[in-house]
Amino acid sequence: MVDRTLYRSMEVLQEHLDPLIHARVRLGIVSALAAGETLSFRDLKVLLSTSDGNLSRHTQKLEKAGYIKSIKSFQGRMPLTEYRLTSKGSKALLAYVEQMEHMLKVARTVNGSPKDDSYQ
Amino acid sequence: MHIQHGPVTRKDQSPENQATEHLRFIRDVMERSASFTAVPGWGMFVVGLTVLPATWIASIQNSSNDSLIVWFTQAAIAVIIGLWTLHRKAHKSGVSLTSGPGRKYILTLAPSMVAGLLFTIALWQAGNLDLLATLWLLLYGAGTITGGASSVRVIPLLGISFMVMGIISLFISPEWMYVLLALSFGGLHIGFGIYIARKYGG
Repeated sequence: MVDRTLYRSMEVLQEHLDPLIHARVRLGIVSALAAGETLSFRDLKVLLSTSDGNLSRHTQKLEKAGYIKSIKSFQGRMPLTEYRLTSKGSKALLAYVEQMEHMLKVARTVNGSPKDDSYQ
Repeated sequence: MHIQHGPVTRKDQSPENQATEHLRFIRDVMERSASFTAVPGWGMFVVGLTVLPATWIASIQNSSNDSLIVWFTQAAIAVIIGLWTLHRKAHKSGVSLTSGPGRKYILTLAPSMVAGLLFTIALWQAGNLDLLATLWLLLYGAGTITGGASSVRVIPLLGISFMVMGIISLFISPEWMYVLLALSFGGLHIGFGIYIARKYGG
């Protein structure tokens, strides 16, 4: 009974999760930019341990949604692409974190489990 | 029940653990992002090496003014080495010095360096150079702590070490001051420089 209630509650909450952020690489990009202000393509690649193609695909998706902004310049003769989180992206990350915290709260309430703040 | 498509792919976890894992993932990425360091370890190491002969040359000068000229020359060399290696490391990492961690480090360290320079000139004009070493150590330490606040933990630790040296300088006799400067600007830079270079990519 408890499991079924929890299942339904989580299902409802999941429907409201932002699909643009709710993916490992995209969540990583947005989180990294929230802390690092401006990061280059290479920084993000190292941070998230991903390939050029994969990162490029996800950054394009986030840029198209207006969550991040790319700044293209040259460093010497080499092209340099840097990314910055937009206010829309920042709000989306905040909303995602709040939703996750809410899910956690619901799960704890239904389970009656003690509070664990170890992720904070 | 699994939180679909998120960063957590283990389906055997409870929804509570999954949500915790998602939040932990965000925190970890943010921490790693903030701990990118543009501080050049090898540059710091070379600066430390150049400080050792500079300390000896300054110590054998006949007047405080001559010693100060040696220190100014050393400071100029250190700034050139520092900026060049900072630029090299940033270039190697594909980071621009005008943005990101490098920019943050320079902007937060610069006010202390400028304050140190202005105070040095003021004390030199006043003819009172007794507290110069203390001033340099404390200001450089304070600047490094703030400069490294958004960098890897070892940078603020370097700043704290300089401030501790600054405090020690208040209690030692003037003849030991050169030894303290060699140990701090030389020794600390060499030690921390090697550590940063080995652990944080140059």
